[in-house]
Amino acid sequence: MSVLAFTENWDGKFKKISFELVSYAHQLAAQMNTNAVVVSIGNVPEEELKKLGHYGASKIVRVEDNRISGLINKAFTAIIAQVAEKEGADVVVFSHNFTGKALAPRVAVRLRAGMASGVNALPDSLDPFVVKKGVFTGKAIGHITIKSAKKVLTLFPNSVEAIEADENAVIETFTPQLSDAHFATKVLEVKKVTDKVLLTDAEVVVSGGRGMKGADKWAPLEELAGLLGAAIACTRPVSDEGWRPHGEHVGQTGKIVAPNVYLAFGISGAIQHLGGISASKHIIAVNTDKDAPIFEAAEYGIVGDVQQVLPKLIEAVREAKKQ
Amino acid sequence: MKILICLSNVPDTTTKIKFTGDNTQFDAAGVQWIINPWDELALTRALEIKETSGTTIEKVTVLTVGKADTEPTLRKALAIGADDAVRIDAEPKDAYQVAAQITGFVKEQPYDIILCGIESSDYNGSTVGGMLAEFLDSPSVSSVSGLFLENGQIRLNREIDGGQEVLETMIPFVAIVQKGIAKEPRIPSMRGIMMARSKPLTVKPAVAADELTGFTAFELPPPHAKCKMIDAENVGELVKVFRNELKII
Repeated sequence: MSVLAFTENWDGKFKKISFELVSYAHQLAAQMNTNAVVVSIGNVPEEELKKLGHYGASKIVRVEDNRISGLINKAFTAIIAQVAEKEGADVVVFSHNFTGKALAPRVAVRLRAGMASGVNALPDSLDPFVVKKGVFTGKAIGHITIKSAKKVLTLFPNSVEAIEADENAVIETFTPQLSDAHFATKVLEVKKVTDKVLLTDAEVVVSGGRGMKGADKWAPLEELAGLLGAAIACTRPVSDEGWRPHGEHVGQTGKIVAPNVYLAFGISGAIQHLGGISASKHIIAVNTDKDAPIFEAAEYGIVGDVQQVLPKLIEAVREAKKQ
Repeated sequence: MKILICLSNVPDTTTKIKFTGDNTQFDAAGVQWIINPWDELALTRALEIKETSGTTIEKVTVLTVGKADTEPTLRKALAIGADDAVRIDAEPKDAYQVAAQITGFVKEQPYDIILCGIESSDYNGSTVGGMLAEFLDSPSVSSVSGLFLENGQIRLNREIDGGQEVLETMIPFVAIVQKGIAKEPRIPSMRGIMMARSKPLTVKPAVAADELTGFTAFELPPPHAKCKMIDAENVGELVKVFRNELKII
């Protein structure tokens, strides 16, 4: 028996999302009177792997295979399923990000496990196994029951805290059984931005809507994001107009985010956008229209033009940071 | 080559969400049903590829797992330009059971390219495409934001957290697509709507498949407290909130 967590790495390093996942696995394992095991694929230095122990992993299974470059779904699935079998995992947990969404359903089929995706808390109960997740893109919460013996979960980023737990993690190396058929896809090129805050991982998100008035008017927003260590997001019209890249679109058909603080500039708050941000802990909005729906979702609001408010806000933040 | 697009029939994205039966069932009364937005983008891209690659693409099929009430959604997909439609006559219960239904059909009638949306806007599962690929033992590429067919070779762009990748894959494969795959979903033309009436819509019997999960209860998020307004001339107040309350500076 065990809870197995798959932790993705970024050029050999873990991010907050990885520690949250390990902490979740550790707390779930404690409820189930078992241990949390982590599987890590690719080259990660030993000292980095050891960090996972500080969040409750009791064992880390390291898999290195020189054929692996980038995410190859079939190969990663086979590796995780083999480790799950070896460790007798009852529950396998992934982050609910691009990589987790790619792998978790495949692993679920392999293990004949029922899957709950985007869960945002520890289970309501273990028998029956019931867990909460957002449904209808943030407009409601569903309690999903998993009936199968084995279970696969994906954990929504920023929904649980990474709690430190002093486990002395054992690191072992595992050699998976892989054939060429597992490598039917090939990553030809990777364009990774490693110095930027990931939108789904960010504590603070600074976001702009149509009220930003054009593609060339984002410098102040970028400046504020820099000052706050925030990720940048935008609304659908903004990405559709090509003012900002699609990867920054937050809302129904874009990303769903759950930061601690979401700052909305020039966003009126269409229902599709609100769905994508409703899990944010604090929403702050600046908009010219005092009746804009964004103010119904916001905790603090300023009625004003972003072109005038932003420079003042940047100045005030800069001053405050000096103190 | 043949392309299959798996469609999900979902409530319009502006629907006010309500539940019935003591919050155990989604209240479908008065709901407008649409093609799941990502699936609609996948269909649009499939048609673009078909039109720009000569005779390479033999046909574009759309498929849904659902009862007869999902047929208007399939007809809409035919009106947009799909060549034929398949409905697997099963009540969709969970991703595992739905993926098993699609697997049954694909094993009988193979496709070279299978496209699924990255999630459905109702239960936000992000699950069926990946499960289908594993059932079929096919390669899968997920979060695909670009799909290109050049000289019979497939190229894909994939979004990753903090970047983008370019991939190639063998055929057959499953692509799980997201925003960016097509610019705007196509809207059916009057001619398309007329033609859709005579295009084939085949109903296939369900295969035996278990569901492994089920929703037992729903709740709506608690109402928000009233927004506290700060004067635009006094942004310093907001900075105080940043520092003292939110602790972000």
